[in-house]
Amino acid sequence: MTSHTATDPRAAAASHAEGWWQRPAALFVFGGITLALVVGSLFIGVYDLGAEGGREMFFITRVPRTLALVLAGSAMAVCGVVLQQLTQNRFVSPTTAGTSEWAALGLLLSVILFPTASLNVRMVLASLTAFAGTMVFMAILQRIQLRTTLIVPIVGIMLGAVVSAITTMIAVSTDYLQLLGTWFMGSFSPVVRGRYEILWVVALVCLAIFLLAHRLTVAGLGPDVATNVGLNYRRVMLLGTAMVAVATGVTTVVVGFLPFLGLIVPNMVSLLRGDDLRSNLPWVCLGGVAIVTSCDIIGRLIRMPFEIPVSMILGVIGAAVFIALVLRLRRTA
Amino acid sequence: MIKLADVAKSYGDVHALGPVDLDLPRGGITALVGPNGAGKSTMLTIIGRLLGADAGTVHVAGMDVTTAKSRQLAKTLAILRQENHFVARLTVRQLVSLGRFPHSQGRLTTECVAAVDRALEFLDLTALQARYLDELSGGQRQRAYVAMVLAQDTEYALLDEPLNNLDMQHAVAMMAQLRRAADELDKTVVLVIHDINFAAAYADRIVAMTNGRIRYVGSPREVMTPDVLSDVFDTPVEVIDHPTHPLAVYYRLS
Amino acid sequence: MTTTNSQPMVQSPAASDLSRGPAIPGPVPAHPPATVGRYWLRLTIVLLVAVLAAVLIVTYDNPAEPGSRGFWTIVNNRLTSVATITIVGICHGVATVAFHSVTNNRILTPSILGFDALYRAVQTALVFFLGAGAVAATNTVGHVVAQSLLMIAFATALYGWLFSGKRASLHVLLLVGVVLGMGFGSLATFMQRLLTPSEFDILTARLFATMSQSDSTYLPIGFAAVVGVGFVLWRRRHVLDVVSMGREVATGLGVRYQREVMLVLVMVAVLISVSTSLTGPMTFFGFLVAMLTYQLVGTSSHQWTLPMVAALSVATLLSAYFVLRHVFYAQGLISVIIELVGGLAFLVYLLRKGLR
Repeated sequence: MTSHTATDPRAAAASHAEGWWQRPAALFVFGGITLALVVGSLFIGVYDLGAEGGREMFFITRVPRTLALVLAGSAMAVCGVVLQQLTQNRFVSPTTAGTSEWAALGLLLSVILFPTASLNVRMVLASLTAFAGTMVFMAILQRIQLRTTLIVPIVGIMLGAVVSAITTMIAVSTDYLQLLGTWFMGSFSPVVRGRYEILWVVALVCLAIFLLAHRLTVAGLGPDVATNVGLNYRRVMLLGTAMVAVATGVTTVVVGFLPFLGLIVPNMVSLLRGDDLRSNLPWVCLGGVAIVTSCDIIGRLIRMPFEIPVSMILGVIGAAVFIALVLRLRRTA
Repeated sequence: MIKLADVAKSYGDVHALGPVDLDLPRGGITALVGPNGAGKSTMLTIIGRLLGADAGTVHVAGMDVTTAKSRQLAKTLAILRQENHFVARLTVRQLVSLGRFPHSQGRLTTECVAAVDRALEFLDLTALQARYLDELSGGQRQRAYVAMVLAQDTEYALLDEPLNNLDMQHAVAMMAQLRRAADELDKTVVLVIHDINFAAAYADRIVAMTNGRIRYVGSPREVMTPDVLSDVFDTPVEVIDHPTHPLAVYYRLS
Repeated sequence: MTTTNSQPMVQSPAASDLSRGPAIPGPVPAHPPATVGRYWLRLTIVLLVAVLAAVLIVTYDNPAEPGSRGFWTIVNNRLTSVATITIVGICHGVATVAFHSVTNNRILTPSILGFDALYRAVQTALVFFLGAGAVAATNTVGHVVAQSLLMIAFATALYGWLFSGKRASLHVLLLVGVVLGMGFGSLATFMQRLLTPSEFDILTARLFATMSQSDSTYLPIGFAAVVGVGFVLWRRRHVLDVVSMGREVATGLGVRYQREVMLVLVMVAVLISVSTSLTGPMTFFGFLVAMLTYQLVGTSSHQWTLPMVAALSVATLLSAYFVLRHVFYAQGLISVIIELVGGLAFLVYLLRKGLR
């Protein structure tokens, strides 16, 4: 084997091993905090739960909304991890690979081509385009001569911008522009019973990623290394991309864009805990849930009785955190 | 003359230079030699005020390089760095004409045009002057940069590895031209050079550095001894006496 | 490499006779591109295209009776559009070329780095913190100037800080800039959500002008800004040449690098503010015309690139406007299609050349 840049993840983790963040207790504490946020989210809102019919409303709006927060938050965070493993680049995520924009294009196409289709059909189409788009991104990466850490996300963002221009163009010429804005706002307010159940699919994706974690890590080291240890590189690559596409597609259809989530959560976790994928995954899930829930709560409280979509708050906070991460890299590199 | 007093520089925790003191008289060619990381380029860059020193003062022709007006300095001192990365697309002539900027602020006078012509001719670039830099070989581009420095027409010229990318013929020609510039045009040339034998053949003075310090200063005959060279380069070196200059041999020692 | 590198180093007397070189016609002593004649021909053609497009936009298919009052109203409106597009085109083209030079790259554009998102964020913040009254009165010149100054100060501080880092890596800048742009976009939308509906109305009227319906009261200020900035940049075209060689060469030639870079960044901020306030953001247009300009001119000497890029952006934008609006009746798509073409060009460039 020629590559010794491929550091053993356990060795990297071991250097952090003495930290508080490595102890199992830490995970429980963090889990507790997240749970508190989630429960808190159940009881925040304009509607008075004590009033008549409060109980029903609780199950029609609050519970679905909170479940959607948990599912979408963990799914997008885990998607980030998978993409980062597959491209071996810590700045890649559905936001910076164009995956979300492709999913949006698929959703728009499904609305235009099959106006009467159900949510499930839309979701399938969105996932398919997200998959195709992410494969395009991967193919482009293969062709770029200079694959520095920073150039990869730039290419992804620009690809996303071009796709988004196509989407806008189609939307303008078919008079869907106004709808476009509301669809992709990334808001949990329209999530009610009957509109979120499909999100359980992403729970399955998360589970699959847990099981595949090691293979994804190996595949990230490149086809040569992967084949050397007897892994079918192409299959793992396709599988990983497909899982990201499904999770992104579904989340985009149900709640819209959740920018930067897949980027900042995995990076913050590996800053705190080192780079062991398997043991980091629970943290990443919890982190995603905690951040989305907090942003949603902020969005609901800041201007009662109106709501600020979660994507805007995530956009501001996410951009700030991301830039801090990049500048940190500049200092150390 | 060039005068360094107590000059020191670190990059973060890495100690790069000094403190060093150095006096170089006006005229002639001075070669800075030493192993990689000895601080040669750092020192040259500090003299050329492209890099600020952490401590100490540098004077060139009586001007303190950190406080003197940059434009005034540009008429006295020209510096060429090793790496020149830019995306601007210029012809050889345009590049060399930029050397006249300190004198004319871009509006070339007839005197400028003459200086540019001279510099092009001096480096055998006249036939290539309408070519774009990205169409040239590495060696031709290197000559174009040196021509730009010559067009700047300064008393002092600082060159960081001017022989980079040059083949044998052009390396010899480049050194011969720098020698001519020193002798005929009365320029003071300071250069960083890797090939110790080129230094011995063309320089008037050799400054040998290791680990950010100046170890030896002297004429080629004084510095080119087995003891000094073996010490500086940390490699066994023999010196053969050639009719015109001493010759260091280190490729394969018996 | 086909270059013959084997001329003898003998200084032949004939060499100086060749010094003006057969490849350079005419008596032009300074930086000529290899073929000056072709340059003027191309510039003339581009200008003719621009004029033709402008004339067509103004005269083509006017539904009203020639000479009637309606006729002149329509002509008047269309003239405003042409003026707006001209100013916006020059803004984007010149800003991009100047920006490329001071940042020593050919990929970043001020828009990709979020200058226009910054503009929107600053405008929104003004309404947010000072209330609608501050913006309602903006039609006075004083207010516009004050606002522009605020924007300029902010852009200078922010991007000056980004670009002044000693070992600032281009890739870091690019990534940080792009993300900053996204962040400012979110911030602006976020603050807009917090505005009262009436404040929001006033703001949208300011922010979302289009090419066919721009506020003509803003035109004179935009015009003045473009002329002013254009004059300053043209005067400094040789300095720009030197600055585009990077910090070390520029310093070596006696240019106060940091100061010049800052000055150009301020100019760029002015141009982008003007253009964004007139027609809203365009991310890839500047990249597109700058690329075309480098292809057409060959050299990157600003004496030649600046006039060409200004002419080319105006010609491109006017033609696109005419074709899309009057031939395809798709005026809503104008900026989208330009963006699409520009974005694709950007990606193709990135894939073919990589980043250097």
